[in-house]
Amino acid sequence: MARKTKSAPTNEAEVLVPKVTPKRFFGLGLPGVEVEKLSGKLIVVEGADGSGRSTQIARLIQWLEASGHHTIQVGLKRSSLVSEELEAAQQGNILSRTTLSLFYATDFADQLENTILPALRAGSMVLADRYIYTLMARDLVRGVDEQWLRNLYGIALVPDAVFYLEVRPEKLVQRVFAKQQALDYWESGMDLGLSRDMFDSFLQYQSRMRDTFRRLQRHYGFDLIDAERPVERISADLQNKIETVLAGG
Amino acid sequence: MTKTFAELGFEGRLIAVEGLDGSGKSTQIYLLKRWLEMRGFKVFFSEWNSSALVKSATSKGKKQNLLTPTTFSLIHATDFADRYERQLLPLLKAGYLVLCDRYIFTAFARDVVRGCPPAWVRGLYSFAALPDITFFFRSHLEVSLNRILDNRPTLKHHEAGMDLGLSSDPYESFRIFQGRIFEQYLAMSTEFNFVVMDANQRIEEQQGLVRRLVENRIDLPTFTATK
Repeated sequence: MARKTKSAPTNEAEVLVPKVTPKRFFGLGLPGVEVEKLSGKLIVVEGADGSGRSTQIARLIQWLEASGHHTIQVGLKRSSLVSEELEAAQQGNILSRTTLSLFYATDFADQLENTILPALRAGSMVLADRYIYTLMARDLVRGVDEQWLRNLYGIALVPDAVFYLEVRPEKLVQRVFAKQQALDYWESGMDLGLSRDMFDSFLQYQSRMRDTFRRLQRHYGFDLIDAERPVERISADLQNKIETVLAGG
Repeated sequence: MTKTFAELGFEGRLIAVEGLDGSGKSTQIYLLKRWLEMRGFKVFFSEWNSSALVKSATSKGKKQNLLTPTTFSLIHATDFADRYERQLLPLLKAGYLVLCDRYIFTAFARDVVRGCPPAWVRGLYSFAALPDITFFFRSHLEVSLNRILDNRPTLKHHEAGMDLGLSSDPYESFRIFQGRIFEQYLAMSTEFNFVVMDANQRIEEQQGLVRRLVENRIDLPTFTATK
């Protein structure tokens, strides 16, 4: 029974103080940031829409808070600086590739500097609902130069843990339909002109995204999570891995 | 990118002017534009920071002082990319003479002074080809500063470099900031093959030099607009 308390909120008063581990940037980093003062943990959950990201993040927040850790959530397109403009640009589909890419990077940088870093400095847990990997993968399948992207996102902090929730495209499409009856233009990669048929395009696009993620995984070494398993099994898996991170592993 | 439009096989040519505010560069490129237009060439003039979409975000950021050196750099790069991909590239493919009042070097100088790593900023703009001719209007720093400051303009927060905390007085901050940008320009002169102009000469003298150099380096008759 003792092991099972792991996934459920514990009644113990004991709160584990996470071990501070050294942090670094992917590349040239941000001017004036003292990485040694970042005592919190940055945990990233990646995955397509329908991969169960939101569900898993909600469960992780529950669990982390119950375990006594202050937790904040960040995501893409949520900066106070450009999120509205970004949304408008996407609706109109008027920006070309490099521009859209830089626009997303601006949104990311704003959240990194104004939300993620202050929270980490304060010792909080930061749960990121997608990170630079999604931004890079989207651009890579659209032919943006990889070296250019690496330099661009050299400003990003290397997370303490990254989980990629993997679901086969055939399964993903079923999950999306179960939730919302219609496929999203961008999540189907319609701008790529792979197929006029949205269903067909979705499958092709998502399988390209999955291939790209696997390639990124080999380079960045994040955790591939089989997200076709039951929700509880995945949660338990993530919690286990995060416990190791908190212990400084 | 380390190649010019000519080297990349574009039909068009890009001419850029760089220099401090008050160096007279805008006057010079305007006169060049008039001359080229009058001679019936396909000319397009483009200004730094003029695309509508990103403007709303930039002004919001500036107003609320939300911008850090990194987001300031990125939002201007976004703006530049929009203009580059939607306007400059198609025109250069269509064989235009494109005149730019400021180009990527403005960002290189300004962002580096703000503390962004030079290699990062250059990488950011590496999607853009280099100008075929870049004129750098080298003025005496004091002359440029006085030309701007004599009118006691209301200096915008970022324009004065107030975000750098150089001085609590906007005018003093502007002086220090511009001085540092000037140093960056000088450092880039050789690397990027700037045509260094003596901006303290008379307007007509400078314009004569500009026109002769453009005529020598670019085969102008091939840019004649077809009626």
